[in-house]
Amino acid sequence: MKNNLYSVVLILFIVASCSESINPVDSGLENQIYHHGNGSEPQGLDPHIVTGVPEHHILISLCEGLTIPNPNPNDMNGYMAGTAESWSISDDGKEYVFNINKNAKWSNGESVTADDFVWSWKRILTASLGSQYPDMLYYLEGAYEYHNGLIDDFDQVGVKSIDEHTLQVNLKNPTPFFLGLLSHYSTWPVHKETVLKFGDIDDRNGEWTRPGNFVCNGPFQLKTWELNNKIVVEKNPHYYDASIVQLNEIHYYPVSNVMTEDRMFRAGQLHLTSTLPSQKCPIYIEENPNLRIDPYMGTYFYRINTENEVLKDVKVRKALAYSIDRQLLVDKVTKCGQIPAYSFTPPGTNGYQPTTEIPFDPVLAKSLLDEAGFSEENPFPKLEILFNTNEDHRKLALAIQQMWQINLGIEVELVNQDWKVYLNREMIGDFQISRAGWIGDYEDPNTFLDLMRPNRGNNKTGWENMEYDALVQKANTINNQAERYELLYKAEEILIENMPVIPLYTYVRAYQLSPDVKGFSPHILDHHHPKFIYLERD
Amino acid sequence: MLTIFFKRILLAIPVLFAVASITFFLIKIAPGGPFDADRAVSPQVLKNLNETYNLDASNWEQYVDYMSGLIQGDLGPSFRFPGRSVTEMIATGLPVTFELAFYAILIALLMGVFSGVLAALKRNTFLDFIPMAIAMIGICVPTFLMGPLLVLIFGINLELLPVSGWGQLSGDKLLPSITLGFAYAAYIARLSRGGMLEVLNQDFIRTARAKGLTERMVVIKHAMQGGLIPVVSFLGPAIAGLLAGSFVVETIFQIPGLGRFYVEAAFNRDYTMILGTTIFFSAMIVFFNLLSDLAALWLNPRSRDA
Repeated sequence: MKNNLYSVVLILFIVASCSESINPVDSGLENQIYHHGNGSEPQGLDPHIVTGVPEHHILISLCEGLTIPNPNPNDMNGYMAGTAESWSISDDGKEYVFNINKNAKWSNGESVTADDFVWSWKRILTASLGSQYPDMLYYLEGAYEYHNGLIDDFDQVGVKSIDEHTLQVNLKNPTPFFLGLLSHYSTWPVHKETVLKFGDIDDRNGEWTRPGNFVCNGPFQLKTWELNNKIVVEKNPHYYDASIVQLNEIHYYPVSNVMTEDRMFRAGQLHLTSTLPSQKCPIYIEENPNLRIDPYMGTYFYRINTENEVLKDVKVRKALAYSIDRQLLVDKVTKCGQIPAYSFTPPGTNGYQPTTEIPFDPVLAKSLLDEAGFSEENPFPKLEILFNTNEDHRKLALAIQQMWQINLGIEVELVNQDWKVYLNREMIGDFQISRAGWIGDYEDPNTFLDLMRPNRGNNKTGWENMEYDALVQKANTINNQAERYELLYKAEEILIENMPVIPLYTYVRAYQLSPDVKGFSPHILDHHHPKFIYLERD
Repeated sequence: MLTIFFKRILLAIPVLFAVASITFFLIKIAPGGPFDADRAVSPQVLKNLNETYNLDASNWEQYVDYMSGLIQGDLGPSFRFPGRSVTEMIATGLPVTFELAFYAILIALLMGVFSGVLAALKRNTFLDFIPMAIAMIGICVPTFLMGPLLVLIFGINLELLPVSGWGQLSGDKLLPSITLGFAYAAYIARLSRGGMLEVLNQDFIRTARAKGLTERMVVIKHAMQGGLIPVVSFLGPAIAGLLAGSFVVETIFQIPGLGRFYVEAAFNRDYTMILGTTIFFSAMIVFFNLLSDLAALWLNPRSRDA
């Protein structure tokens, strides 16, 4: 018995000791295989169906839109030529003519044509497909109407092919951020014949995205897909810019546990992590040379239910906002380079610099609360902060609970809920104050300010301001960027003056990157085109 | 024994039916739906999605629809992963979970039975106290602590083994199997010790020794057969528990098993996936309990006669 046990232990350790001494990061260097920590298992790989960051990381290697993210962080434009090698814009900013790269090919070797874009955009605007991003194309003439069944003829939608390699797009209004929007995956093309081989135009469940079936026009093609394990993409020899693509393969790992991902990086199994255990950030800032903290176009804020009896008074909302020390929050609670937020739109977004202020002034805050009619005789009722279960949200809520208690004498209860319960309570307005975050879909303040317009599904605060709505709407009809921003600054001021949301901090993207990875530059939307990335040891 | 087998199989059908029905209505009560997202979808899109997945029908209609599919072996499409059926996803994760459970139970049995029997034979000596103390640690230390500890020592500090993965790098199956197996080894050690102590005091053991058998023969041939009955009874629920409860180890070690699908389905309100995995795990629990009962019957002649 004893001998048997010893033999088993011995065999196990022999197996273990046979393991390659070379780890994936080192071996990846020789073979140009890039190991990418990717958060969670992607929902799928159909660019018209999926939503989410992990999906984007994979799709950006497999498919390509008319424009691609610009790897140069110093360039004002966050995008550059992709499948469209050039374009012209009419003087009124409403008509775009794209010249599609004549060498652009699908991964099966067929040419990418203007018709492919027309059909792909028809697909995402087909209501029965149930795409969650059709509004990315609502800027096109007739797109909203087609998607919502007000017109049946797709020819009335503002996209058509002039010839095989020329695509004409007509917009309702001049939309200065339109080119940036085209680097979002929902606007990317899909291969018509492949999609139709496995289902109809509106089939969500077609198997065209499986390895062996998948055809798209990006620098890589799908090799294998093991659920919850990894997705491997390999270099696409038909890609028009294949000569500059240096990576041979990218391995995407759906590591949902941040601690596991951190250990994988430390053991040399990953070149890049999707995120960082937040509690380790302050230590890593001191001693981890692989830590990267990049600007990120996102705002962490608290939503206020303006239909709530006590919170409908703007003085109360301002009192709550003015009694929060944002600098203290980022210095002592989040501790990972976040920036205190004094506007809803992150400053610097494509040259947008809002001038709004949210003072930390407990005396003013207390006097506002008094003006609202609350005093020792008429104390402010207990408030609830709703957040989804997460240690970081809890810590921040605890700090704010203390600030409101000390500065305003308000008793605050913290309510954490499962993600879906939290979303549901926000959606039906069953909350007083809830934590929220918003990451821009494209590089323009509109991606934030549009959110707070009346009847927008993501407003969720019950706040409606027609002047604000008119300003944002008008801004979207103006072609001159400076004039447009003037209107948006005014809108931003109205928003902060009414305080239906309390901005707390601007996000940063904190992650670990192996020093072997080159060509990986910070990007405000965290979009990194893999054709620029390669592996090299210094 | 065959009658018992068929009787239990027949009993399992209403059990599974009840599990499916209760789960179906429980998940409908839970707030939130599969298409709720941070970026709220427009009412038009939500309507289309609900139509596509028959969620616009009444709960009763959906229930009848689901159950009729279930009878034909169709667990439906996953709501979270378009284009994937629940059956396909279970079939993907199951072999991995089975393999992990197999290695874990093997390690648990080897470590547990060996230390338990040794402790019983060397009662009240260091060879009893030390394995039992280790067993107590194994019972007390949860896998979410044991896993990272082993990774830290063998993966990061000693650089002997990979810290995650399953079948990707040589030796990557070792740490998760030990982590999962260790907790069960601890239980098995204590059960073996108790069972062996009870049997070693019985007359037939004394008779065997009086007949001049070697101590090794007495222990292996006679004592262990009776002494390990509690272990065999424990194995059924243990294997079922390993299959359904490997989520933590699968997450720590990035293993593509069924446990991760199960828990993530609940968080995502992936209705069909929750139902499919719940029914499947219930069937596994029923089956392994039945197997362990049959094995215990076979090992214990007294209950077999009864």
